[in-house]
Amino acid sequence: MTNMIVIAELSKGSIHPSTAELVTAAHAFGGEPILVVPCTDASIADSVQSLSGVSKIIAVKSDVFDGNDSSGWASALDSALPSGTVLCLATTRSKDVAARLAARRNISVVQDVIRIDGSNLTSPIYSGKANQTVSVSGEAVITVRANVFDAVGNDGTCDVSVVDASGDVKTAVQEIMQRASTRLDVSEANIVISGGRGMGSPANFAHLEAVADTIGAAVGASRAAVDTWAEIPHSMQVGQTGKTVNPNLYIAVGISGAIQHLAGMRSSKYIVAINKDADAAIFQHADYGIVASWEEALPVFQEALSAMLG
Amino acid sequence: MIQMPTIVVLVKQVPDTNAKIVVQGDRVDLSSVKMVMSPYDEFAIETAIRHKEATDGTVTALTVGGPGSEKILKDAKAIGVDNIVRVWDDSWSELDSNALQSILSETIQTMGATVVYCGKSAADTGAGSTGPGLAERLGWGNASNVIGAEFTDSVVVSMPVESGVAKISVALPAVISCDKGDFKVRKPNVKGIMMAKKAKVELLSATAPSSSINIASHSMPPAKPAGKTFEGGASASQVAQLLRDEANVL
Ligand SMILES: Cc1cc2nc3c(=O)[nH]c(=O)nc-3n(C[C@H](O)[C@H](O)[C@H](O)COP(=O)(O)OP(=O)(O)OC[C@H]3O[C@@H](n4cnc5c(N)ncnc54)[C@H](O)[C@@H]3O)c2cc1C
Ligand SMILES: Nc1ncnc2c1ncn2[C@@H]1O[C@H](COP(=O)(O)O)[C@@H](O)[C@H]1O
Repeated sequence: MTNMIVIAELSKGSIHPSTAELVTAAHAFGGEPILVVPCTDASIADSVQSLSGVSKIIAVKSDVFDGNDSSGWASALDSALPSGTVLCLATTRSKDVAARLAARRNISVVQDVIRIDGSNLTSPIYSGKANQTVSVSGEAVITVRANVFDAVGNDGTCDVSVVDASGDVKTAVQEIMQRASTRLDVSEANIVISGGRGMGSPANFAHLEAVADTIGAAVGASRAAVDTWAEIPHSMQVGQTGKTVNPNLYIAVGISGAIQHLAGMRSSKYIVAINKDADAAIFQHADYGIVASWEEALPVFQEALSAMLG
Repeated sequence: MIQMPTIVVLVKQVPDTNAKIVVQGDRVDLSSVKMVMSPYDEFAIETAIRHKEATDGTVTALTVGGPGSEKILKDAKAIGVDNIVRVWDDSWSELDSNALQSILSETIQTMGATVVYCGKSAADTGAGSTGPGLAERLGWGNASNVIGAEFTDSVVVSMPVESGVAKISVALPAVISCDKGDFKVRKPNVKGIMMAKKAKVELLSATAPSSSINIASHSMPPAKPAGKTFEGGASASQVAQLLRDEANVL
C-alpha cells in the first residue's frame, strides 16, 4: 500500500473546511492519510489537529504559499512530500498544482472526482452529461470536488511536524485590478443566486443582491443576461463558457435552464428555480420549483428569509 | 532585439457541446456525434495569432489524435495559423494525462517552441491538466484561465483572482491556458478556407509511456429524484422553510 497524502486547502490564509472532506475521500481510497498543510505560518495547522483518521500532519512552510504561482507550489510540495497518492481539492489553484505535481513525478492526474470506490474514481465528463469511472494502478494525484464527501469527524489528536521548503517561482504579479464590487465571487460561495434574461433589466439584479446579502450568497448570471446588459460582467456568468459552480444551494431566477447553463451548475447540492413558465427546462433539475414571476416570488422569499435568519 | 517567437497552439477535437451524449453498454457512444474543436481552443488560437501579429514569428497548431482530428487542424489553418501538425501512433488508444503530456512535451521540444497556448480545459475531460502539466515537464512557467494578453519579450496576462483581475507577467518560455476572453475570435474567411483545403498536415510520432489510468466505464449521471414544484409567488415562503428544515442549507 502506497502512502495516502492529503493536501489541506488554503483559503485567505487559513485552512478551508472542505479539507475535512478530503480526509474522508482518502479513507474511501484506502488508508489513513498524511495531512500536509502548505503555509507561511505553521500555527494554522493547529486547526486540523483534531481531524479523525489522520496518521500524521506535516506543515510545509514556504513563502511561495503566499502567492499563486503553481510552479512554486508544486516544487515546494514535491520536495517536502513522501511518494504516494495525493489528494487535494478541485479548486482553480489546486487543480493547477495537482497537474504540476503529477507531471513532476511522472504520474497521472485525475481531476474533479465525485466518487471513490477503492482505486476506482468517478468524475463528470462532457460538462456533466456523463460520468467516467477510471481505475488507477500505482500512484496518482487526485482532485476532489467540494461538497461531495462528508466531512470527517473531530476526535483526533495529531502532532504537527514542520518542514521548511523553497519553491522556484516563475510568474510575477504586476498589479491587481480590484473588483468594482466587494461581492463574493460565484466560484467561492456556498450559496449562489443567479439571474437570467427574465430579470428584465440589470437594475432588477438589486433584488437578487438583497436576497444574497440576507443569506450570504454570491450573485451570478446567465449568458443571456451577461450578453444583453453591459452592467452584468462576464465574471458573473455561470455555465459552459462561464464559471462552474458547485454550491450547497443554487437559486436560478428568470433562467430557462439551457444545457450550457446547466453545465455550470447542475452538480449543485440543492437547486431552486423561480420562473413564470411552468415548462421551463430548469424545473426538471430543481429540487424546489416556484412557478411565478420573480416580481411576485422574490419579495415573499426575501421576507421569509429575513424573518428566519434576521 | 526581440527574438521572433515560435508559437504553438494546442487544439483538441471533442464532441459538439450541443450534442446529446448517450451511453451504450458501458461506453459513451460518439458514432453519430458531430466532432468540433474544443471551444476554449478557439480563444487559444486567437491569442496565439495576436501574439504573432505583435511580434512576428510563426504559429503552429498541434493536435494529438487519430486521422479524424485533421479536420480541426484545417479549421485552425483557415483561421490563420501557419503550420498544422498531428501527432499519432496507431498503437495508442486511450492516453492518460501522463502519456499525453509526455507526447506533447517531446514534440514541443523538437519544435523549439517559445510559447504554447492551449484551452483552459477541454470540453470532453473538463480537466484543465494539460497546460500546467506540460509546463512542469518542460520546466516552464504557466498561467491558467487567461482572459487577455499583451506581448513584449514576456507575456503579460490577465486572469481572475479572488480580489479581482490580476495582471501577471509570465517570462517566456511558458504555457498559457486560455479562458473565454472579452474579445471576439476571428472566423475563417473564404481565402482562408481555400488555403486550408490545400494545406498539408504534417504527421509526427513520439514515444508514450503506458497508461496507469484506465477507463473502467462510462455511465449517465443518476437522475435526480423529482423535485417539488409550487405554484404562485406566495409559495416562496414555504420554499424558504424547506431550505432550512428539509435541505439544511440555510
Ligand atoms: C457555445 C455556447 C456557450 C454558451 N455558454 C453559456 C454559459 O456559459 N452560460 C449560460 O447561461 N448560457 C450559455 N449559453 C447560452 C444558452 O444557450 C442560453 O441562451 C442562455 O443560458 C439563456 O439565458 P436565460 O435563461 O437567462 O434566457 P432565456 O432563455 O431567454 O430565459 C429567460 C427565462 O426567464 C423567464 N422569465 C421571463 N420573465 C420572467 C419573470 N418576470 N419572472 C420569472 N421568470 C421570467 C422565462 O420564462 C424564461 O424561461 C451558451 C450558448 C452557446 C451556443
Ligand atoms: N489530445 C490533445 N491534443 C492537443 N491538445 C490537447 C489534447 N488534449 C488536451 N489538449 C489541450 O489542452 C487543453 C486542456 O485539456 P484538458 O487538460 O484535457 O482539460 C485543451 O483545451 C487543448 O488545448
